Amino acid sequence: MDESIELRVNGTPVKVPPGTVVAAAVARAGVVKFRTSVLAAPRGPLCGMGICMECRVIINGDAHSRSCQTLCAPGMDVWTT
Amino acid sequence: MKTYHFEIVIVGAGPAGLAAACAAAESGKRVAVLDDTPWLGGQIWRGEQARPSISQARKWIERFRTTGVTLLDRTSVVAVPRRGLLTAEHPEGPRAIRWQQLILATGARELFLPFPGWTLPGVMGPGGMQSLVKNGWPVAGQRVVVAGSGPLLLAVADGLSKHGARIVSINEQAPFAQVAGFGLTLLAHPSKLWQGIQIKWRLLGIPYRLGVWPVAAEGDTQVRRVTLTNGEKNWTENCDALACGFGLVPNVELALALGCRLQNGFVQVDKWQATTVDDVFCCGEPTGIGGADCALIEGLVAGYAATGQRSRAADLFYKRAHWHHFRERLAKAFALRTEVRQLASDDTILCRCEDVTLARVRRFSGWRDAKLQSRCGMGPCQGRICGAAAKVVLGWEMESVRPPILPARVEALLVLNGNSNGPAASPLSKT
Amino acid sequence: MNHDVIIVGAGIVGAACAAECARAGLKVLVLERGTIGGGTTAAGMGHIVVMDDSEAQFALSSFSRRLWHELAPQLPADVEFDACGTLWVAADEEEMAEVYRKQKFYSDRGVRVEVLDAEGVRRWEPNLRPNMAGGLRVPDDAVLYPPCAARFLLEQAARDGAELRTGVEVVELLPSGGVLLRDGTRLSADRSVSATGPWSPALTPGLPVRKRKGHLVITDRYPDYVRHQIVELGYLKSAHSMGKDSVAFNIQPRKTGQMLIGSSRQFDVEDTAIDPGILDRMLRRAAEYLPTVLRLSAIRAWTGHRAATPDKLPIIGPSVASERIWLATGHEGLGITTSLGTGRLLADLLLGRKSEIDPEPFKPERFESGKHAVGHEVAAKRAE
Repeated sequence: MDESIELRVNGTPVKVPPGTVVAAAVARAGVVKFRTSVLAAPRGPLCGMGICMECRVIINGDAHSRSCQTLCAPGMDVWTT
Repeated sequence: MKTYHFEIVIVGAGPAGLAAACAAAESGKRVAVLDDTPWLGGQIWRGEQARPSISQARKWIERFRTTGVTLLDRTSVVAVPRRGLLTAEHPEGPRAIRWQQLILATGARELFLPFPGWTLPGVMGPGGMQSLVKNGWPVAGQRVVVAGSGPLLLAVADGLSKHGARIVSINEQAPFAQVAGFGLTLLAHPSKLWQGIQIKWRLLGIPYRLGVWPVAAEGDTQVRRVTLTNGEKNWTENCDALACGFGLVPNVELALALGCRLQNGFVQVDKWQATTVDDVFCCGEPTGIGGADCALIEGLVAGYAATGQRSRAADLFYKRAHWHHFRERLAKAFALRTEVRQLASDDTILCRCEDVTLARVRRFSGWRDAKLQSRCGMGPCQGRICGAAAKVVLGWEMESVRPPILPARVEALLVLNGNSNGPAASPLSKT
Repeated sequence: MNHDVIIVGAGIVGAACAAECARAGLKVLVLERGTIGGGTTAAGMGHIVVMDDSEAQFALSSFSRRLWHELAPQLPADVEFDACGTLWVAADEEEMAEVYRKQKFYSDRGVRVEVLDAEGVRRWEPNLRPNMAGGLRVPDDAVLYPPCAARFLLEQAARDGAELRTGVEVVELLPSGGVLLRDGTRLSADRSVSATGPWSPALTPGLPVRKRKGHLVITDRYPDYVRHQIVELGYLKSAHSMGKDSVAFNIQPRKTGQMLIGSSRQFDVEDTAIDPGILDRMLRRAAEYLPTVLRLSAIRAWTGHRAATPDKLPIIGPSVASERIWLATGHEGLGITTSLGTGRLLADLLLGRKSEIDPEPFKPERFESGKHAVGHEVAAKRAE
């Protein structure tokens, strides 16, 4: 498979094919917890369509970005919380 | 702010929106379709644009491409500042979109009901998981339990197994007697039946259980086990993911923001798919959960009716009635049993954004009271998940919708051009 | 008489009155047509601040702030009490003069304040635009979440025997004592207290209280984006004009990490719909001070009505019409702060106790002289 897009997830380089959403890149990097809930529980994507907000991560410095709706781009810097 | 002018604006590029666009384009009017996502096809046909596998989806996406309709993708509607204007968020900045006729094709989302462990990573909506898998989510070799309700469970199990997932079991809460009637209905809808048979053949050997539902998910950092029940006995299955959803709920937030009247939770429309607000039409799931075929027909009717092609719209009434009949049978077949409304215990989280338990919310008299006092529904999902659940679990109706319709950057709430000192836009209530 | 006092309205002012009256041993009934804290209270930013528009306003706000600090240890977590302090920012030298004026006013009266220069402002609030002239830091000011504060006060009242009924609409305050409900029921009491904020003229015709509409926006969580409640000093100029619509920069860090952005004021607008034009102006004003605020994720915008009086002071005490009808209304944008002081004053007056601050400036009869009614439609109409 063409894995031509390289981005970083929590500082670690990850290669993904075009058309991959950031949520999938996070999962491919082996990260299970996308965000820490208000009461400090681990959370990951639920709805996969941009409305539940459970998949929020920091993308290129922007907090609360929906990783399931954002396509990976070369050089992207992604941090889970 | 970048501003667009169109005669017809369609919100949503799923089956209903694509069909509406194709029909409206035949009038020669200037038409645009907006969608939150970078893709055509909505949730149901997600991934079909890149790697087509459903011939119906391919056909419609190709037809849409020949129309010359403008596609404004990654465009998320934020507010309706006044009649004839939408404001929206786009990665490159806020958008203002002017319209004369508006067609809402905002689709549906999955219904999630709270049960112990439903907040663990790895517990996802079946449709949500399918969508993510189509965009690269790694599922190969993963053990997936599929549970909840609706025809989507089978389709998703099929889709996931094609991507290499090991489906442990498929568990439909509706009892056999209820769904058997729906099987007969399928005979009247051959395309659906064929789809069903194909899926069943591929899923051969995987248990598809009726009258079984999940009662708990467990795991430390992610889901590892699911406890299921048939009402008489409980058992546990090991897994790496639980795909669980209890059917679909319509996305009616934009319709509410426009002032459209709802009826039993769906957008009220007349035979032309016109809502109770002038020049605003609605088609597909927001008017009733009927699936892609129903949405296509309603989309065509809306597209024709909104552009004055009434005879073409009327020609489709008979077909639409057929799918409306299907829609009714669907609702009956997969009606939720009482037990799944009562899966949450007192300490189960109801509001995932603010981590509010069911016990805390239950003390209050209704949605608004609970919202103000417990923060339930005050988080970034704006009550879309917990509000829909509270409706099923507690019988509460959500209140009206306020902008932003989805969380958006503060800049997306601006309506005037930055360098303009002109008068403020008049509020919707004054038009 | 079944009750000593019937309090109409379970907003924060009604709740504070109920708590004080019940604590004093009065038999209290609270009637609310909607939900607890669901009216003006839900549209309040929740600041606990000392203000200096007038000596009376200072007296009530500083007294009330002290009462909040005394109550703070008992407040449950959901009230989100946070002594983050206020930072009044000066954009230029003219506003800096205001900083020094305020500093003297507050210092003379024993309120802790600290003047900051440009560098001091930048150190505390690095997200503010860099060229501020300076500011005044009021470290003992606080913020809280008003609907839960109202509920807490009502729970306190309930512990002291008060009764609360929601979903009950009062249509008349009876001069003979008690109230008449929408369904025709009469409830008797020695006194009734209207704590109905912007809706109080409906129960007390001629009361010079005007509806002032305000907009608010809340964002997702951005902990430490700002550390103080920040208010522009231009606020004073715009807040003082009764006539036209205005906006001012005001932002609060909530204990949740969310940012609450205000403020706007529009007079005599009845509806509660979002006005996109005024929202636009309000947010642009915020962005003049905090340029990056435009990049934050906004979750919700909403509006509410506040009860404005001609002299910007609340109306507390027996009405002119009847000794049995009392008022606790007109708190405009300061009701969360001044609710506790209002409750205490009202109870003092009801019981003939001596008050810690002079109650005279807040009494309803001050409007009878006509002095404050000039240019005010409602009061003028009443005078005819």
